[in-house]
Amino acid sequence: MSILEVKNISKSFDRTKVLKDISFTLEKGEVVSIIGSSGSGKTTLLRCLNFLEQPDSGIIKVNDDILFDSDDPATFKESEIRKKRLHFGLVFQSFNLFPQYTALKNVMLARELLAKQLPDYKTNKKEIQNNIQKQAEELLIQMGLSDRMDNYPHQLSGGQCQRVAIARALALSPDILCFDEPTSALDPELTGEVLKVIKKLSEHNTTMIIVTHEMSFAKDVSNQIIFMDDGYVVERGEPAQVFDNPANERTRQFLAHYNQ
Amino acid sequence: MEQMPTVINSLNIGFIQTLKLFFVTLIGSFPLGLIIAFGSMSRFAPVKYISKLFVWIIRGTPLMLQMMIIYYFPGLVLHNNIWGSGEMGRFIAASVSFIINYSCYFSEIYRGGIQSVPVGQEEAGLVLGMTKRQIFFKVTLLQMIKRIVPPISNEIITLVKDTSLARIIALQEIIWAGQSFMKGSHGISGAIWPLFFTMIYYLAFSGILTVLLGKLEKKLNYFR
Repeated sequence: MSILEVKNISKSFDRTKVLKDISFTLEKGEVVSIIGSSGSGKTTLLRCLNFLEQPDSGIIKVNDDILFDSDDPATFKESEIRKKRLHFGLVFQSFNLFPQYTALKNVMLARELLAKQLPDYKTNKKEIQNNIQKQAEELLIQMGLSDRMDNYPHQLSGGQCQRVAIARALALSPDILCFDEPTSALDPELTGEVLKVIKKLSEHNTTMIIVTHEMSFAKDVSNQIIFMDDGYVVERGEPAQVFDNPANERTRQFLAHYNQ
Repeated sequence: MEQMPTVINSLNIGFIQTLKLFFVTLIGSFPLGLIIAFGSMSRFAPVKYISKLFVWIIRGTPLMLQMMIIYYFPGLVLHNNIWGSGEMGRFIAASVSFIINYSCYFSEIYRGGIQSVPVGQEEAGLVLGMTKRQIFFKVTLLQMIKRIVPPISNEIITLVKDTSLARIIALQEIIWAGQSFMKGSHGISGAIWPLFFTMIYYLAFSGILTVLLGKLEKKLNYFR
């Protein structure tokens, strides 16, 4: 059973078709990188998986549970969507940390709000709160930010912000962690520190979908590469095959720009 | 100099009326402004355009004129002075005019504040499983407040002085009180110096507000 199954997803904005019949599967612990030029639909695909956009057609299954089915309106209900989103984590290109909270609080906030809905929250408030804080601290240590927990986002570098954002996404223990060009807003030096963290996550078998322009990184970290062009999945396969021996002419053209 | 206590006493009474109008206007227009702001951002076209038309009319015409119409129109045209007679009636009419006028200005400031919070903030909240309500109160609200404090402060300082416009419907605020000694009151007439004294009240009050609002702005400076 695949952890994620995406079947025939299509999406249009006004009259522009952005995603055309996208299908792929992902196994638990696998990393898939989605590559392709800007405007090819990579980001929209991630946004559909995180329910920030609603596909016009198609099916999304996680662990064989149907999360979204365009033929079943019951799956679009706002209250349901909120729970389904928790299967996925999303790390944004521009971090989108909450500026008024410290790094630690950024990581804790969502879990705190979810904990408030627990029936035993009032009686075990202290303990729950302590657990949340402990987990957040551990995550930030794991991200190499042990001395940055009490800093506000504007006091952190871009690379540090992005690592806080990764910790924040991990705090909810999503089944699948998605990255939307996580290093595109960073200079090369800071890019390295973020990629190192993602690499480490892959070694711990975190299931991830990474939209990226870092080709050598994608090749290094992924089990599977998806090349998208003009809303289609043009090519899909193991990194060695896609990068070294692309079957499709369009893939070859695209990769040629990176090999110059 | 024996006139001094009489004048100060009158000015104090006038200033209390000024302060009352000032605070009632703020208390009324802060929330009403938010409602108009949501109206002008509504996805339902009629609500949106009616809100925008209303803001245009109120911001596009003098507050003094609005106050005169609001105060005199019911009595003169409809032959029903809904405001009641005397100082209380004038105060209510002035308050209604000021609240409507200032809420339109505030609504535009709110709208700017709400729209200036990047959409990524809401999206980050959504993917973390937060409700829209939680996102508004825990994520966007404080960022919005931070952005609107400087323009709101500006309006608040303007309001301190705008309250004097209520003189036009003879509300007995501080300018009215000072001016009364020119025409003759309490046995004093032809005196212009009480008007200069009113300046001290305005300067002191706007000075205090400037310091307080500056403190608030500084307090929100811990994040960007």
